[in-house]
Amino acid sequence: MAQATFEEISASDFFYRNRDIAGFTNPSRAIFAAIREIVENSLDAAESQKIPPDIYVRLSFESEASKDTQIYKLRVEDNGCGIQPRFIPSAFGQVLYGSKYKLKQMRGTFGLGGKMAVLYGQVTTHQAAYVTSSTGQAKIYSFKLMMDIQHNRPIILDRKVLINKENWRGTIVEFALEGDYLRAMPKILEYFKQTAMVNPYANLTFVDPKGRLYKFTRVTSEMPEPPKETLPHPYGVDVELLQRLIMVTTSTNMLDFLKHHFHRVGEITAQKFLIFSGLNYASCPEHGRLLPDEINWVGSRLYCSRCNKEAQFSPSKNPKKLSHEEIVKLMQNLKKFKDFLPPDASCLSPLGEALLRAGIEKELNPEYLVVHQRKPSTYAGHPFIVEMGIAYGGGVPKTGAFVIYRFANKIPLLYDEASDVSYRVIGSMNWRRYKVSPEMPIAIMVHICSTKVPYKTVGKEFIADRAEVRREVANELREVARQLGHFLTRREHVDKEKKRLTIFAKYLPKIAQFSAMLAGKERIPDIEKLLKSVQKYGADEE
Amino acid sequence: MAQMKNRTRIVEKKHEVVGSLKTLGTDIYNQLDKGIFPTINMPSRSTENITYDPSIRQFVLGEKVVSRSARNIRHVKPFTQLAWAAMFSNELTTKKKTSTLRDVYYSAQAYEMTFTDQQESNNIITDLETITGFSREDFNIFPEERSAIFGDLTIEYTVPGYEGKALNLTSHPDGVLIGPALTSAEFVSTNADKVIAIEKGALFTRFIEENVHNKHKSLLISCGGQAPRQSRAFIRRLHDELNLPVYIFTDGDPWGMHIAQVIISGSANAAHLRELNTPDAIWSGVWATDIVDYKLPSDPLDEVDIKRLYELQKDPRYQNDPLWQREIKMFLKIKRKAEQEAFSRYGLTYIVDEYLPRKLKETK
Repeated sequence: MAQATFEEISASDFFYRNRDIAGFTNPSRAIFAAIREIVENSLDAAESQKIPPDIYVRLSFESEASKDTQIYKLRVEDNGCGIQPRFIPSAFGQVLYGSKYKLKQMRGTFGLGGKMAVLYGQVTTHQAAYVTSSTGQAKIYSFKLMMDIQHNRPIILDRKVLINKENWRGTIVEFALEGDYLRAMPKILEYFKQTAMVNPYANLTFVDPKGRLYKFTRVTSEMPEPPKETLPHPYGVDVELLQRLIMVTTSTNMLDFLKHHFHRVGEITAQKFLIFSGLNYASCPEHGRLLPDEINWVGSRLYCSRCNKEAQFSPSKNPKKLSHEEIVKLMQNLKKFKDFLPPDASCLSPLGEALLRAGIEKELNPEYLVVHQRKPSTYAGHPFIVEMGIAYGGGVPKTGAFVIYRFANKIPLLYDEASDVSYRVIGSMNWRRYKVSPEMPIAIMVHICSTKVPYKTVGKEFIADRAEVRREVANELREVARQLGHFLTRREHVDKEKKRLTIFAKYLPKIAQFSAMLAGKERIPDIEKLLKSVQKYGADEE
Repeated sequence: MAQMKNRTRIVEKKHEVVGSLKTLGTDIYNQLDKGIFPTINMPSRSTENITYDPSIRQFVLGEKVVSRSARNIRHVKPFTQLAWAAMFSNELTTKKKTSTLRDVYYSAQAYEMTFTDQQESNNIITDLETITGFSREDFNIFPEERSAIFGDLTIEYTVPGYEGKALNLTSHPDGVLIGPALTSAEFVSTNADKVIAIEKGALFTRFIEENVHNKHKSLLISCGGQAPRQSRAFIRRLHDELNLPVYIFTDGDPWGMHIAQVIISGSANAAHLRELNTPDAIWSGVWATDIVDYKLPSDPLDEVDIKRLYELQKDPRYQNDPLWQREIKMFLKIKRKAEQEAFSRYGLTYIVDEYLPRKLKETK
C-alpha cells in the first residue's frame, strides 16, 4: 500500500507551481504582467510621497528562446520614494513580503506581483535580477539578487554602495524574462495608454524591443491626496475580526474598545450604539432605567427626557469578558445600527473629478465629457469610492458598442471584461431612457478604489459582482448617463434649431431674389429682420 | 370663309399671363419689403373642394382656400419653389422660349433650387396654375405628349424666327403636331365648317386618305387616346374663335366615351383652370346603340369596363344630357364594346362614306 507523503512548501514554491493565479499564464500574458507589476510598484512608490511619477520602461531583445518566445530584458526606472537598503533583498526576493499589509488604498494588494515577475524571470532565464535604489540620502545601493524558491529567501549575489552625488532618489529594477512581446504588444500599449489616462500627473516612457518610443506626458502636477491608514469600519467586521481585536486590545471597557478600534466611532456614537445594542443603559435618578427614546443627548451628556435631570451611563463591560454569543450578537448589531458615520475617504485616494477629467481629455479628447465621484460607501467593512466618466464623440472610437475602461485603485483592468461588475451593470442599463444607443461613440470610465478591491482573482483582472459595489456602480452610471442624456437632448434640440435656421437662411433670400425679378425691381428686399425673428428659439442655445 | 376678328388675341393673352405673374411677384415683394413673412392664398385642390358646375359645364374649385406662408418651416421650401417657378415662367413667356415639365425639373437646379422628384416640380407648376388661373401651356411649359391636326386652316406663327410666317394645315399628309408653335399661332383663314376629333391615330390617317377634310369640310384632329391639355385648349380655340362645331369620334366603350367627355367637360384634375374644355362639343360615336344599329363586330365588356360604367353613371358630367345616360344603359344592357376599326367589316371606306355622314347629320 502506497504511503501518502506530506511536505511543506514555501510561499514562493507555491506561486512557482501556480503561476496562473498571479496572471503569468503564458509567455504573452507573462510579459504583460511583469511590466504591469513593476510599473505599479513604481507608481505607488512615487505617489506615497506625493511625487509626480516619472517612469521609464525599456524592454530589449536578448535572444531567441523558442519558436514563439524570446528572452527580453526589462528595465524599469522610477523617481519614487526608494527602498531602504535593508529591505531591498526581501522586497524583491521574498514572496508575500511587503509594505502592503496596512489598511489603505494601494495598487498592489497581495505583496506578490513584483516578486512574481522576478521569480518568473529567474525560472525562465536563470539570470539574476538587479535592483538599485536610493531614498535620496547620501548613498545608492545596488543589489544583484536571485531567489531561493524552495525556501522563499533572497540570495544576494552582489551588493554595491555608491555615493549619491546628485541626490538621486528612486528605484531601478532590471531582470531578464522569457516572453512573447509581439503577441502581448497590443495589451501592453493599451495598458500604458490607460495608465496614462488614470494617472494624468505621471510621465510614462516605454521603449519597446524594436526601439519604438511611446511617451505619455503629464498634463498636470496636481496629485490626489495620498491615502491614510485607517481602522476597520463597524459595518464591515466579522466575528473573526472582532475576536482578534478583543484579543489584542488594551481597552478595558466597551466604550473605549469601540472608540479605539473602529473607524469614525467617537464617544457619542459609541454610547448610542451600546444603548442600541443593549450592552449599556442610562438611568435617571428619578425615573430609573431609561428606554433609548427617553434619552436626550447634549454633547456626550445624557439627560432624562421626562425630568430633564442628567442620566447616568451604566458601567461599560470589559470586551474581554464578552461571551462567544455576545460577540456574535455584537457583530449583528454593528451591522444593524443605522447611526454610524459612513467611512471617510481619507484612507482612499480617488482621482477626483478634476484629475479624472484631465486624464480622459488627455487620452481621448472627447466632444463631451461628464465625470462624477460618488460618496464613499462600504462593502464588508471596506470603504470604497466609485468614480465615473462618460465621454462622447471627439476621439472616442465608434465601435458599435460602448468602450469600457475599467480601473481599480488607478490601475487599468484589461482582461475578462465580460465578467466585471461594471460591464454587467452597463449591459443591463436601460440606455434608451437616456437617449443613448451603443452605436454612438461613447466611452465609459469606471474607477473603483478601495482599501480592498474585491477582485475575483490574484491576477487583478476583474471586479467581483458584489451587491454593494454593483449598487454604487449602477447609481453612478445613472448619474453620468443622466447628464449625457441632457447633453444629447440639448444637442438634438440645437441641431434641430440649426437645421431650421439653415432652411430659412437658404430660402428667404431666394424668395426675395425671385420676387424682385418677377416684380421687375432692382432692389432686393431686406430679409435680415425676418431671419432674426426666426432665430428667437435657437439663439441662446448656441 | 371665316375671317379672323381676334388677330391680337394671342398677344393679349400673353399680356394677361405675364401680368398675372408680375402681380404674384409684386405681392410677395411688397410683403417682404414691409418686413413680414409673405403669404400666398390659393383655392384648395383637395377633392372635397372640387365640384361640378352645371352652368359652365365643367369642374370648378370651391370656396376653400389654402394658405402658404414663408413663416412656416414646412412651407418655406415649396414657397420658394413657387416663386422660382413663377420667375422661370416669366422668363419663358417674355423671352418666348418653351419648356417641358421635365425641363422645369432640371432648370431649377441651375438656381440651386432642388426638387426631390418630378412629381414635386409638377405639383409646384399646378400651384402656379391655380394661383394665376392660367394653364402651364400659357407659361410655355408643355407636356411631352403631342396630338396632330390636319385640314384647311391657315395659321400665322408668333414664335421667334417664324413670326408672320403662314402655314396651311393641309401641308403635311401626316398632319401637323399641336405643339407650342401651333397653339401660339394666330388663325388666319379656314374653309372648314366643323372640327372632327378622332380618338385613334390610325383612323385619323384613314380620314386624311379618304379626303374627309374636303368631303366634309372639316379640320381633323387626332387625340392619341386621352387628348392632351394643349389639344383640348386648341379645340376650344377652334370652336370659340372660328365658331366651328366640334364632333368627337371614339371607340365604342366606356373609355372612349370618357375621352369625349373630358374634351367636353374637362377633368377634375384641371378644375382650377378654365377654357380647357369645349362644352358645346358633341360625342358622335361610336355609341352603344351604334353597335346594335350597325351590327358591328364587338367584344364582351370585361369586369373593369362594367365597373367603370357604374362609376360614370354617377359622375356629375354624365347627368345633364340624356344621351350619356341612354348610352351607359345600353352598354350595360348589351355588355359589348366595339372599336372604331370595327366598321372595316363593311369595307375600308364604309365608315367615311356611310357612317360618318349619317352620324354628323344625326348629332348636328
